[in-house]
Amino acid sequence: MIAQSFQYESPGTLAEAIALLNEHGDEAKVLSGGHSLIPMLKLRFATPAMLVDINKIPGLSDIKEEVDGVISIGALVRESQLEYSDLLAKHFPIFKDVTKLIADPQVRNMGTLGGNLAHGDAANDHPAVMIALRASVVITGADGERVVPIDEFFFGFYMTAVQQGEILTEIRLPIPSAKTGNAYHKLERKVGDYATAGVAVQITLDEGGIVTAAGIGLTNVNPVPLRAVRSEEALIGKPLSDETIALAAQYASEDCSPSSDLRGSEEYKRHVTGVLVKRMINKAAERAMA
Amino acid sequence: MNKTIHVTVNGAKHTLEVEPRLLLVHMIREVLNMTGTHIGCDTSSCGACTILLDGKSIKSCTVLAVQADGRSITTIEGLAPEGGPLHPLQEGFKENHGLHCGFCTPGMIMRCVELLEHNNNPTEDEIRWGISGNLCRCTGYNNIVKAVQWAGAKMRGEETPSTEPEFV
Repeated sequence: MIAQSFQYESPGTLAEAIALLNEHGDEAKVLSGGHSLIPMLKLRFATPAMLVDINKIPGLSDIKEEVDGVISIGALVRESQLEYSDLLAKHFPIFKDVTKLIADPQVRNMGTLGGNLAHGDAANDHPAVMIALRASVVITGADGERVVPIDEFFFGFYMTAVQQGEILTEIRLPIPSAKTGNAYHKLERKVGDYATAGVAVQITLDEGGIVTAAGIGLTNVNPVPLRAVRSEEALIGKPLSDETIALAAQYASEDCSPSSDLRGSEEYKRHVTGVLVKRMINKAAERAMA
Repeated sequence: MNKTIHVTVNGAKHTLEVEPRLLLVHMIREVLNMTGTHIGCDTSSCGACTILLDGKSIKSCTVLAVQADGRSITTIEGLAPEGGPLHPLQEGFKENHGLHCGFCTPGMIMRCVELLEHNNNPTEDEIRWGISGNLCRCTGYNNIVKAVQWAGAKMRGEETPSTEPEFV
């Protein structure tokens, strides 16, 4: 399959890239890892006139701890970097869970966290993880940077807060306090498939075992990546018990809105969502207490 | 509008004029006439087109040739010198019947070059996850796993395991 012809530029600075995007308007697309975009170009689902490759822009490929209790991940950080980062593993073992379930090793050598989010696909796995971790996203345009909380980032099918002429440049994760655990799992039909349903959980416990913070994100069971708000509320301020966990699972399966397709019926996906919420709360709690 | 790119392929430097939409695998096969890299599914599912880009295994059907500008590529042709000894992985696949039709083999081997560089003593589970992006429709994978273990042993300088084929 051959893509429709396009112009290609690979600017060496963010300013040049943004200028190109502004110059070409909605005819331009940003090329990051390319593993969502290039298949769409080959199928001619996307036919941009201009591809702006941001891979030669320095400074977007680091994972680093900032002074203000935040871990910063550059938009061009590859899935394989997330998979093997010691810094991330220390605070966020969830990245080992999720990366192993994304596509396969070769794709993870190319695919980027920034691209995974900016693509705006509710079937992607990182959106739910970012929701659970309460990430914020840095978006850079001609007028400078703005920081968008993850809850204000996803708008609809392939639609995010990134506007024309802007580039997602950084993901910021607040480092959680001690006694925090996080975990992700998805049900997939085979390796590399999109999730039938996926669940990301982060919970923080106090010394007495009371849940002080909870984040629960759902993959591919809603038109946009979904925060399971009622599930989170069911846990906060209470000790973890079979009852609170069952209630959180029930709320998640009620509040999502999956569609029946080849991966399963709506009813089945609601059921699987509930099962995964239970399992991931337990796994996150185990890690919090470890 | 064509772009001029500079790429190093198996140690040789090339300057090429390419259309931006040209896929890396087509550049390798049709511009450089190196047909060891195969095209299977053309949708980044099967792994037959796996090559190394700056030492990392990638699927060359889902990368543009222009993205390889200034970078270094290794294909199956570059793994062993012509007429010289085979790479341990090539030898391992040969000794362990790690291939039947051979179509997936270049991609399997290029993927496993990076796998063994990362960990030269992988468990069976690590090998199976490691080649989860490469499809083989002949072997049932058992002998591929053995071939990778065999190559790992050879690279560690240990005695290589017996190469009796497994009939299942």
